[in-house]
Amino acid sequence: MSNPIAIKVDDLTVAYNYKPVLWDIDLEIPEGVLMAIVGPNGAGKSTLIKSILGILKPIAGSVSIYGKPYKKQRDLVAYVPQKGSVDWDFPTTALDVVTMGTYGALGWIKRPGQKEKKAALEALEKVGMLPFKGRQISQLSGGQQQRIFLARALVQNASIYFMDEPFQGVDATTEIAIINILKELRKAGKTVVVVHHDLQTVPEYFDWVTFLNVKKIATGAVKDIFNDDNLTKTYGINFKVSVNK
Amino acid sequence: MNFTDYTFLVIAIGTAILGAVCGMLGSFAVLRKQSLLGDAISHAALPGIAIAFLITGAKESNVLLLGALISGLVGTFWIRGIITKTHLKSDTALGLILSLFFGFGMLLLTFIQKQPNANQAGLDKYLFGQAATLLIADVYLMAIVTGLCLFVLLLFWKEFKILLFDADYTKTLGFNTKFIDVLITSFIVLAIVLGLQTVGVVLMSAMLLAPAAAARQWTNSLSTMVILAAVFGAFSGVFGTVISASQNNLSTGPVIVIVAGVFVLVSFVFSPSRGLLFKQIRFMKNRRDLELYKTLSFMHHIAETHEDISHPHSIKLLNNFQGFTRKTLQELEEKNYITISGLNWSLTPEGFEKASNLYNQNFKDE
Repeated sequence: MSNPIAIKVDDLTVAYNYKPVLWDIDLEIPEGVLMAIVGPNGAGKSTLIKSILGILKPIAGSVSIYGKPYKKQRDLVAYVPQKGSVDWDFPTTALDVVTMGTYGALGWIKRPGQKEKKAALEALEKVGMLPFKGRQISQLSGGQQQRIFLARALVQNASIYFMDEPFQGVDATTEIAIINILKELRKAGKTVVVVHHDLQTVPEYFDWVTFLNVKKIATGAVKDIFNDDNLTKTYGINFKVSVNK
Repeated sequence: MNFTDYTFLVIAIGTAILGAVCGMLGSFAVLRKQSLLGDAISHAALPGIAIAFLITGAKESNVLLLGALISGLVGTFWIRGIITKTHLKSDTALGLILSLFFGFGMLLLTFIQKQPNANQAGLDKYLFGQAATLLIADVYLMAIVTGLCLFVLLLFWKEFKILLFDADYTKTLGFNTKFIDVLITSFIVLAIVLGLQTVGVVLMSAMLLAPAAAARQWTNSLSTMVILAAVFGAFSGVFGTVISASQNNLSTGPVIVIVAGVFVLVSFVFSPSRGLLFKQIRFMKNRRDLELYKTLSFMHHIAETHEDISHPHSIKLLNNFQGFTRKTLQELEEKNYITISGLNWSLTPEGFEKASNLYNQNFKDE
């Protein structure tokens, strides 16, 4: 790939208490890929994303976005957290949550105005949730809540998207809707990094993959490295996944 | 009791302001699931009051409240420290600090009471509060803090809201979440300290939580919730003061808390969307509708076998089906889904249409 490197991770090590969750990760993610991070539970997939985004503090290592430290490049990056990480009984509406995506660009104190509202409505439209804009968020289904989170990230109009298990607990309709949006993002030259669990869909959905289990096992194009060998190394058991190349 | 009496007015205005500011800030505590934090902070303030008295020997409330503020803040930051640095869960940390500080405070109070000092009497008013000792100067202080709190709330409204909903995401947008967090917590501590003289260490957390919990029942919008909580809090203060003033010897703090409790009770029962009463009514109505529709679909099955959907059938045919009564038949007739003549029933076209679409998810009725 001749694309520039969008995300570069050097010697990243993260630990909760005593046990390292990520050990000495080096990773280069080229611009314009749709990448899955796969690995067993506790492999540090979410931790990797959160450390790149500065939510968690690493013990060692550094992250750069297009060659500069993440802190200076925040506006290029959008994040879709796990759906279960927030309380959906919070008193607010779908439109309001999506509008939160504009807060970063607004900065401190300034309130969202017509421009921000319009952007949020457009994002709702993109994820097919416009009819639900005024709905209290606890009244949305799991798939709809996930789409709201995606819309909130779309509003940020970033170059790089990090998503933590966007397909978890959503129905087939939502899964297809989300993957179509991700593919559109890639087509527009954006870089999308997704923590993913369903190995069967990796070759169909993604063109780039990183195998992770505390250490980085492999990273590269799906067609080159998504094979039984790497799966076995990552998951520790013999794997036979039918991979249609 | 004369309700235009100066002392009464001072107390009523003071408790109203206190209720309002506690309601506003309590909304944030409730939504952050830090309901117990208020309890811990107020108990943690007690040793501060005692130590301030021991150092200065003064009974001047501002000096004592400064002591309360300091020890309340120390307690809060210890709680945070315990949660982040050890494996203890937050409820354990809160309980630990609450009882340790309160125990230490009580120890100091008994020590002070044994001192040969005429001034000592009166410190125990901070345990259960004594609204009668409120002075106009205290009310001014409350008003200033409330005004400041309101100003900060309006200024950082957007930041408060997003932090409450999704702290991690807020961080990725570049906001200093620690600053926002410390700001909210500091104001909560300040409001608690202000209320100690009126409501007391033991009951203070109810002032914070009750109006907010009540307000949450009535609305799905954060701003409305905060405003409602402030209104409920203010009314609790005024009603509580009026009741305690008209009934001699009822102490104001507990009465205010009980009035706030009544707001909670009423809200939990009567709120249209979240209240228990309407939930139960909706539940029963749904069950009844379901029974009706089951009967209707059974009739639909029978009617389907005939060319003419409105062909009359004997009511006896329905005996195979357990869910119907005379009343359900009547209701179905009222809804125009069936007609009954003598011992026979027949489906109307509306009834047939309704029954065929009963299990169709894409068909939205009503």
